[in-house]
Amino acid sequence: MNVLSSGSGELIQPPDMDAFREWNRTYKSRELIDKRMTEREAVSQFLAEGDYIGIELYGTVRAPMSLVREILRQGFHDLKCAGQGVFESDLLAAANTVKQLDWTYIGFEVYGLSANARRSVESGYVQKIVEWSNAALTWRFKAAAMGVPFLPTQVMLGTDTFKYSAAKVAECPFTGKKICLLPALILDAGFIHVSRADKYGNCQIDGISGFAAEMARASKRLIISAEEIVDEDVIRSQPDRTIIPYYLVDAVIEAPFGAHPGEMTNCYERDEQHIRDYVNATKDESNVKEYLNTWIYDIQDHKEYLEKVGKRTLDALRIGGRDE
Amino acid sequence: MHFALGAEMNKPRYNSSELLICISARLMEDGTTCFIGTGIPMLAASLAQKLYAPNLISIFEFGGVGAQLDKLPLAVGDMRTFNRGVAAAGICDIMETAQRGFVDYGFLGGAQIDMYGNLNSTIIGDNHSKPKVRLPGSGGGNDVGSTCWKTIAIMQHDKRRFIPKVDFITTPGFLSGPGAREDAGLPPNTGPYRVVTNLCTLGFDNETKWMKLLALNPGVSAENVVENTGFALVIPENIQSNKEPTDDELRILRDEVDKDRYYI
Repeated sequence: MNVLSSGSGELIQPPDMDAFREWNRTYKSRELIDKRMTEREAVSQFLAEGDYIGIELYGTVRAPMSLVREILRQGFHDLKCAGQGVFESDLLAAANTVKQLDWTYIGFEVYGLSANARRSVESGYVQKIVEWSNAALTWRFKAAAMGVPFLPTQVMLGTDTFKYSAAKVAECPFTGKKICLLPALILDAGFIHVSRADKYGNCQIDGISGFAAEMARASKRLIISAEEIVDEDVIRSQPDRTIIPYYLVDAVIEAPFGAHPGEMTNCYERDEQHIRDYVNATKDESNVKEYLNTWIYDIQDHKEYLEKVGKRTLDALRIGGRDE
Repeated sequence: MHFALGAEMNKPRYNSSELLICISARLMEDGTTCFIGTGIPMLAASLAQKLYAPNLISIFEFGGVGAQLDKLPLAVGDMRTFNRGVAAAGICDIMETAQRGFVDYGFLGGAQIDMYGNLNSTIIGDNHSKPKVRLPGSGGGNDVGSTCWKTIAIMQHDKRRFIPKVDFITTPGFLSGPGAREDAGLPPNTGPYRVVTNLCTLGFDNETKWMKLLALNPGVSAENVVENTGFALVIPENIQSNKEPTDDELRILRDEVDKDRYYI
């Protein structure tokens, strides 16, 4: 294949499929074993400084926020990250957790720019930023999920997004047309919050699936938090609903309201007040520190976090008429 | 000049956001597939569904297809993006659907736009590794601009935003002019279609691909538009006028679409 041009960005994570296959052969157990543990156990066991991480879906929607808070609590400061996010990405930036990013979107949607992401980039704390589009980043997961080193696509062509990416433009060997090649992205550790899982890690997701299926399959280590842990029979009675099968999963954490202050389909709405208060706090660095102390560092775990949010607030966010 | 004055008092009948939303909604064609981003496109799609385009198929990047936009989404992945929709899929399916040529319109925004409709939402400044301002980045913008048939950008209109050369081409417009998209390998017959601003509606000249004035908003002159644009526009002889938001549009917008006042 004739490569015509290359993005100037560094390929932070090389698409070594042979190594990935070996990893999946050697370290991913096929055994049905109980993988339940706490956030603290999962993060300390499966995340190491210098790792490349991914978080799905995104900050205000079905994101594994109890795990994100635990990552901050354990004081990582040199992670690499697939930068597609809102609240969770801002928190990572606020705590100077990440130094290298494959970046597609970090912001607050309705509420504008991510003040902490801005600070960490403009101050130079983040040392490496490689640009991608949203489809590109997800298709990179898909390539890894397929077990191929790259995927040809029709996005990013002709733009600076390409120029500052680590993609390549090549001549398609079948049509002769220019095509953008996206390298597979293999994560050291992936974090996904799901609607329900059994103790082995078989997962179901209600509502849109974001990029959970692809990212789960692109992760060397996969940490799942679930709104509820269900009996294996729930999974086996509807196997068509399993979006992530257990053998992809390394840890399962029961985390009711695990996406708070974001939303969870059919379970609860986003906590608008909390999100707004946080966005306002991010305008001032000392308020950010105070938020981190109050909601993360001075708190032991997710249980204590939920107590701090308060039962009344949580009950008000619940979506009524659940199928109990 | 952005406001029309009410008859009985000096209170504007509508604000700049409301005007943008109403004009954008009128561009949404019934029975088409529309890729909807955060903010004004969401409100416009909801208003259009209620008034002109009941069969508008909204498409949201994280998986929502064909939602009934009764409640305003606050995020492109929230539950409202697939409320009574036809599918709650995932991002790959959505992006692949657009790449296969199934998405008619895409709505976009950005911090800067140039005469060819190229958009910047990545950085302000000329040094990527030391930007003056780090913006949110492409997100789905580049994908929409690359693969949807026609794209519509919604922008505030001033000289800082309408500039001869954007600091960073995040999302492709016509790139460097006629034929450039095809040369780059982008799908043929795609590209910018309209730019909707608080001053006017713009299109693109068929031959040169230069941005062209099509219609003025109420109370705005062609001179106002020129003064607020940092590059030369094609000014045709016949310029249309955009109608003021109607009472119906404003009522539905205020009482139904955004009754919690997230945007308007």
